[in-house]
Formats: sequence, C-alpha cells, structure tokens
Amino acid sequence: MKEYQTITEISGPLVFVETDEPIGYDEIVDIETPSGEIRRGQVLEAASGYVAIQVFEGTDGIDQDSSVRFLGETMKMPVTEELLGRVLDGSGDPIDGGPDIVPEERHDIVGAAINPTAREYPEEFIQTGVSAIDGMNTLVRGQKLPIFSASGLPHNELALQIARQATVPEEASDEEGDDEESEFAVVFGAMGITAEEANEFMDDFERTGALERSVVFMNLADDPAVERTVTPRMVLTTAEYLAFEKDYHVLVILTDMTNYCEALREIGAAREEVPGRRGYPGYMYTDLAQIYERAGRIDGREGSVTQIPILTMPGDDETHPIPDLTGYITEGQIYVDRALNSQDVSPPINVLPSLSRLMDDGIGEGLTREDHADVSDQLYAAYAEGQDLRDLVNIVGREALSESDNRYLDFADRFETELIDQGGHTDREIDETLDIAWELLSMLPETELNRIDEELIEEYYVGGAESEPVEAAAD
Amino acid sequence: MSQATQEQTVDDDGVIDSVSGPVVTATDLGARMNDVVYVGEEGLMGEVIEIEGNVTTIQVYEETSDVAPGEPVENTGEPLTVDLGPGMLDTIYDGVQRPLDVLESQMGAFLDRGVDAPGIDLEKTWTFTPAVEEGDEVSAGDVVGTVDETVSIEHKVLVPPGYEGGTVESIEEGEFTVEETVTTLSSGEEIKMRQEWPVREARPTVEKQTPTKPLVSGQRILDGLFPLAKGGTAAIPGPFGSGKTVTQQSLAKFADADIVVYVGCGERGNEMTEVIDDFPELPDPQSGNPLMARTCLIANTSNMPVAARESCVYTGITIAEYYRDMGYDVALMADSTSRWAEAMREISSRLEEMPGEEGYPAYLAARLSEFYERAGYFVNANGTEGSISVIGAVSPPGGDFSEPVTQNTLRIVKTFWALDSDLAERRHFPAINWDESYSLYRNQLDPWFEAEIDADWSETRQWAIDTLDEEGELQEIVQLVGKDALPDDQRLTLEVARYLREAWLQQNAFHDVDRYCPPEKTFQILTAIKAFNDEAFAALEAGVPVDEITTIDAAPRLNRIATTPDDEAEAFVADLTDEIESQLQEQY
Repeated sequence: MKEYQTITEISGPLVFVETDEPIGYDEIVDIETPSGEIRRGQVLEAASGYVAIQVFEGTDGIDQDSSVRFLGETMKMPVTEELLGRVLDGSGDPIDGGPDIVPEERHDIVGAAINPTAREYPEEFIQTGVSAIDGMNTLVRGQKLPIFSASGLPHNELALQIARQATVPEEASDEEGDDEESEFAVVFGAMGITAEEANEFMDDFERTGALERSVVFMNLADDPAVERTVTPRMVLTTAEYLAFEKDYHVLVILTDMTNYCEALREIGAAREEVPGRRGYPGYMYTDLAQIYERAGRIDGREGSVTQIPILTMPGDDETHPIPDLTGYITEGQIYVDRALNSQDVSPPINVLPSLSRLMDDGIGEGLTREDHADVSDQLYAAYAEGQDLRDLVNIVGREALSESDNRYLDFADRFETELIDQGGHTDREIDETLDIAWELLSMLPETELNRIDEELIEEYYVGGAESEPVEAAAD
Repeated sequence: MSQATQEQTVDDDGVIDSVSGPVVTATDLGARMNDVVYVGEEGLMGEVIEIEGNVTTIQVYEETSDVAPGEPVENTGEPLTVDLGPGMLDTIYDGVQRPLDVLESQMGAFLDRGVDAPGIDLEKTWTFTPAVEEGDEVSAGDVVGTVDETVSIEHKVLVPPGYEGGTVESIEEGEFTVEETVTTLSSGEEIKMRQEWPVREARPTVEKQTPTKPLVSGQRILDGLFPLAKGGTAAIPGPFGSGKTVTQQSLAKFADADIVVYVGCGERGNEMTEVIDDFPELPDPQSGNPLMARTCLIANTSNMPVAARESCVYTGITIAEYYRDMGYDVALMADSTSRWAEAMREISSRLEEMPGEEGYPAYLAARLSEFYERAGYFVNANGTEGSISVIGAVSPPGGDFSEPVTQNTLRIVKTFWALDSDLAERRHFPAINWDESYSLYRNQLDPWFEAEIDADWSETRQWAIDTLDEEGELQEIVQLVGKDALPDDQRLTLEVARYLREAWLQQNAFHDVDRYCPPEKTFQILTAIKAFNDEAFAALEAGVPVDEITTIDAAPRLNRIATTPDDEAEAFVADLTDEIESQLQEQY
C-alpha cells in the first residue's frame, strides 16, 4: 500500500496529491485526518507526479499533513445474499446496527455494459396494480421507467405503491415454464432525501414486511453530496448480483436522481471543467446512461433488473437537462402531475405525456389480454380529445359544444375519476383495469372507436344501447 | 489499423502521462494524427486526436479504470480502419467493428475490455466464382468475382481502390478464406476478398448524380407527402417519446434498399436487442428472405465507451460505401446523430478546446456536413450505379429544434421529418408533423411516382396537402368558437381532413398488415378519401345537411382500408367507394 503526506491543494470535494509512482485512474483512496478519521475518495485524474482525488465524505478537517493511502484497486461493493434485509449508508456500510457484512464476492461498482447480443428482450408484464401504469404505460421486467415528478408531489407514495403491489400474474409466468418462480427483491437507493422522507420509506418497508426482501442504501440530505455519485452504482452492483447470480427479480428504486446530478455538477465545477447546459457537465448523458442502462435481462439467466428512478424536475420544467437526458435514455416515463394532484386524484399520473416504450411487446393475448393494445390506444386518443375540448369550454362554454364534444368532455372527467383516481392502497388486476376502460369507452358511439379492431368491439363493447338515443339527440 | 493484422510494432512506443476518463496523454509516442494505438498493460484500443510537442493525446475506445501513468502505449502506425469483405451482413458490430457475438463468446454477457476480434471471420471459407478470365484487363473498382454472402445478397469482390490494375494472371473458382489470394494481376498485385479502408475517408467514386428514384419506405406519410430519394439525406428530429426509433426501424425493415446499415449510436441496449431479435424473423418485403440477410447492425449503446460512439457512424458509412461500390442501393440509418455530436462535445471538452455554441466544438457543422456528403447517388469506378441514402435521427434537448445539432443538420439534408410530441401524446403515429416537414426531392421524384403508380399522383397529393392546410387554419377558428359555429362546407372539410389524418397519415407500426403499405395502396386510400370528399361536397351542394353526410355508415370504413391485406385493398376500396356513393346519393 502506498502512503503519502504530500497534499498540495484542497478545493471543495477535491484533494490534489503529489505522488512519485503511478496511480491508476478510478483507484480508491483512504485519507486519514489528523484527528484519526478515515475518509474515502477516488482518483479522478491520474497524471505522473500528481493525482486529483474526489473525497466522498467531504474534505472538512483534512489538512496538508493528512496521510493519503492508495489502496491499489478500484471501488468495489461487497455482495452477498445476506444483504437482503439490511440498511446501509450511501457508501455501502451498514447503519442498522446489525452484524458486519461478510461478502461472498466483491464486485467493481462501475458495471460493464451488457452486450446487446446477450440481452433478452424484456416482454414479461409486471402488474403494478396501478391502472394508469398497467393499462396505459405497462411496465415490463428489465425495463427502466422513471417517474418524472416535482417538488411537493407524491412520487414517493407512488414508488412505494409500486414496490408493494408489483407482481407477475400467474398466467404470464406459467408461459415461461420455469419450475420455480424466481424471488422478488427490492434494492432501494436514496440520494439526498430528507430524514423525514427516509422514515416514510422505512416505516412502509417495515410495516408491509418488505424490508426482508429489500436492500436499502441511504444517503440523506445532510450526508456528503459527493457520496451520492457512488450510491446508485453500489445499488446497481448489488441488484445485478442478486439478479444475475442469485436469480432474483430485482426492482431498483432510485430517488432522487436530481440530487445525484447536482452532485455531478458540484464535482465538475470543482474540477473547473467546461460546463454544458445549465452548468451540468458535458458528460452527464454518458454518466446517466451508465446508471440507467444497468437494467435488463440476460439470455439464459433467471433474474432481471427493473429500474424505477425518481426525479424531481426543477421548476416543473421537463426540458431541464436532468429530465431531458433521462427521457432520452430510459424506456419511457411516468409523469406525476400537479393539476391532478390538486384535484386530489391519487395517484396523480398524467397519462398523456407518459409513455412506456416496451409496452407493445409486453401486452396482448397470452400476456395480458387481447384487447389491451387497442383499448389503450383508444383511451389515449379519446382523453386527448377531451383535454383539447376543455380548453375550448373555457372560452365558449359547454352549451356551445355539440353532443359529441360533450361526450368527450364527460369521458375525460370520468377517465380521471374512475380509471386514474384509484387511491394509494387499491391494487387492481389488469382485467379489472381493462373492464373499467371498456365501461368508459362505451360512453362513446361504436363508430368513434376507430383504434379498436371490429371483433374486439363486438366482444367487449357494452354501450350500444345507450349510445343510440344520444345520437338521435345530436341530429 | 485493422484488428486482423496486428503485426509490426516499431520502436515509437510511448508512456502514459495522465489519465482522465476516455482521454489519455502519452509522452514519447511517435504517432501521426488519427493513428490507432494500444494503451496500457491491457492494450485498450485508442486513437490519436492531438499532438503537442512531445505529448500525444489519445481518445480510448474502452473504459480506463485502473489505467495508470507509466504504463506503455503501443503505436500501430495506421489510422482507424474497417475490414471489408463477405460476412458483414447478418452481423452486429460495436462502434469499432468488433462483432458483438464473438465478444460474447469470448467474455460472456458483459462487455469487458482489452478484447479484440477481427471485423470479418478470417477462418470461414467462401465459394468464389470468377467474373473475369485470365488475360482480362481490370483496374481499381472492377469486379473480379462473386460470393454468395447471404440468401439475398451476392457479394462482389472488387479490385481495391488505389490498385494500379493490369491483366489477370491467375484466377480460379473455389473455396477460399478472406485472406487467401483469389486473383493475381500482371502488376504483381494480389486480390483478396478482404480489404481495409480508413473510416474517416470516403471511398472514391467517379461522379455524384441527381437522384431521381424514391427510396420507397412503405410509410404512407413519407412516400405520400415527404418522399426520400435513393441517394438522398433525411433528418428525423424529435423530442423523446415521439417515435424516432420506431420510424427508423420501420425504414430499416421496409425501405426498398438492397442493403441496410443500421447504426445504433448511443441509444438503448434493449432497443438494439429488439432489432437483433426481430430482424431475423421478419421477411424482407422485396425478396421475402429474412431481413438480416441484407442488414448490418452497428450497436454502440449509451453506456458503451464514448469514444467508440464517436467513431461508430464512420464505421457504418464506410461499410455502406463498400456495398455501394458493388452497385447496390444502400440505406444507412443513424440513431441518433445527437449522441454522436455529444460524444464529440465530451471529447472536445476533455481536451479543453474552446467551445462553440452550447459547448459543442466549433467543428461540429463541418463534421456533420462531411458525414452527410458521403451520401448520394453515385457512378462507381466500375461503371455501375449505387446509392447511399442517409437517415439521421436527431434528439434535440427539450425538443427544441433551434439547438445546434438540429440546425446544422437541417442546413445539409434535403428531407426533414419533424416529429411532434403533441401528435405522439394523442397516439397519432408516425408522429410526423405535416406542416413543418418537407422534402426537397418531391419534384424530382414525381415523374417516377406518376409513371410507376398513378398519373394523378402529384395532383391528388396536392389536394391532400391543401385540405390539411385548410384544416390547420380552420382549427384555429374552432379553438375560439367551437366546431358548430362553422359553415357547413367548412365542417365537411374538417371531416375529410380527419379521415386524411386518421385513415391515411396514421399508420400502426405494430399491426401485421398496416406496418408496410406499398405505394399503390397509399394511393388507393388517398383516392378513396378523395372520392368521399367529392361525393360529400356534391351532396352538400344538393342541400343535404352536413350531419347527415358525415354520419353515413360507410365513411368510418375508410379507417379500415389500411388494415386490409394489400391484395384485397383494391377490391375493398372499389366496394367502399360504391357504397359511399350510393349512401350519399340516397340522401338527395
């Protein structure tokens, strides 16, 4: 082990050290302060003669006499199945008072990219029990589907509801024909959330008994910001181990990615890098991709990693670099909406801008139900039409609209109150969601259902009788 | 440098001086600009991007964790090249042409580093059939023989560019590997099936011509309103979720090109897997053979090294040029060029170059135009004609088309397919905005459509454009006063325009029939809507109230033509038009 007492500069989270032997890029460093405290850091730049170190736990208390030890290896996460049920801090050390972790293996936290030829295309439906997701933005195993939220919105409740309710329905898993259903696990990574939010999560985990099948990483709002840059990597290294070596179906929840990006910006600024948009580093796309892309399935392995990252959009602005870059990497997004929230719709998901890119292959006959794709399309079109008309109603009033327009307005209202607003503790089967959808669609005349196959209309449409008199009134 | 030949290493090797992410500096490296080097103990592949005094800056195509100053850098003395030869189709490469399936068998499911593999299989033997005889004169670019590369494509073995040429001294039919000599010339030159070519340099041609044939895409809004020429360039910008990738994939599946090179540049891993899973099973609509038989995939997903993302579009276009030289029509899809531009920005910022607009390097525009100029309709050195059509997706931050990558791309390309998040939100797919999009090839392609599809092609199209324009204007009024306040003829126009949008412009990429629409059917649907329009206006003239016209039973069936099998469509349309006619005429 190489040890130096040659710190030349301390600046923000960075420490510069003179060295006389080569130090590897990304290598892990221990810095011992005069008071005997050990701080962990990582080499950000390795040059002959000096290195720049990013200190995870903050540089306060470090002086030029502190000793720097280079550990000769890159950052590793000790992994074992025993991690389930444990609570760790943002750097992976236990904080639940339990025994030390005896690792089975130690994995590099900078995960390697999955070879696209080795991936298995995700198409196994996960039932979250939330209609707005199951019905219209279906989540599948191995997907990364972020929640786009903003301050003051109940994104955490939604994440918890998903974690609580997520299952793979019987028929779908039988198709696979595996003898034993793989177990489900949650790996939860908190970055810069408040102690209060952390308590909410922990209480819910404990109350529902979910903690036993969870690994929790906590970096709280008052923990060092720089530590946040390693937390998601620790989380995902653990998730990959559980999924690909221990056959778990892992759901990863990361909250809040905005804090992670702020930490990236802080390091970038300290290194005096040329900033990209809004001061965030130019490599933020690549950096985020290295996190989000660690979701998926691998051919021939049982487990899967499904990611639900949560981010709060600064100023509710979806063009802000954080949601924007995220949207370009992830396979869709779920929008939590302020207006719906103030109408007390729960969960307040705005389906129009929401999207699940992997939906089309995860639904349909044998997976969910044969009418799922068409119904979802038609709901989108009809709800969008209703939304447009709402703007118009503000100007001309409802009386000025035709019968057909009024039907769409009613549809949009009932869509929100009956399909979306299900409450935080209702767990709906996919069939139930689709049945409600048909009830709503039956408000519209059959001829308006141009996205749905005629045979399916015949089978599921229940409105025929009522729509006739309405049409007569229109003439 | 090519991975196939790792022979000489001269004594101009250097030593690493510093490491910062993908950028490594080395001292004492006697390298030229753009030479390929191997960095560190593990031999990570990199490329020289700056030389200053004794210090050489290298961009490394692999993860640099744990690489330390003092480790060696080995120079190959050659620029980044690709291996060209039979075996590139039905293959998936990373950004520096390493076959991903070979990498998987060498290092498992995760991409490790420091592993190298030749771009084409060096062991495999191919049946070579001579196309010339001993004593024939050949020069650079000429075809000396052929190989059946896949069921769809006959691979032509060319005299490599730059060869002097001469009389064929020996040539024979038989089984050869790509490294064995198949032909010797009087000049002493030997021709093998494998060639190398530096990726950043365009392969030579005789001349570039004005394209006159469309690249038929099977997408109604593209063929019908904004056609792309074989040899043309197009950009698809759009915010996330607007369907760039679905459109690109539809083009890759259904465009009537001979060869498709699909470059997944910094995009999602699962999307590439979808392509890898789907393409072998889907039939090529032209030949009926599996799609992969005409496809070469290049996948550099967003979490693969950033420097390889920068090079992957060049790898793609060089492979495209090679097939063009054989006289094929090649279509190259780059998804997304913004990721490529961002890779340039990332490397540039690590070099601490003076940034241009939004942090992009000042040479962004030059690099983009250089790339798109490699597309075109060409006369090759061997007298054949071939084309490269380039379709580049652009991912503008926040969906804002005024950003540098979109703007610089629009200055070069002649077809613009603007994706629109409003359309996407109401699930109108493909979400191509018909007001903003344009194709400057329209006029030069009209003669083809009029000769091959229908003489009324351009006239009918103009009617559709006019109706959609009128709808756009009327919608603004409707937003203020409601639909019922409009006069009857305008309400009818809105109804017709609605059918244009729903029955014609919308197309379901996931429906077995609708995903590919031959131009004949595109025209049939349009004429059916026009027939409805004409009959409806005649009825209106005769005094029939607009509500009765729009509620006839037959009209909504216009929406069903698209999903009717292609061979039944004509009869369906004829039947439907008759019915519309009789139902409307009944009313007066």
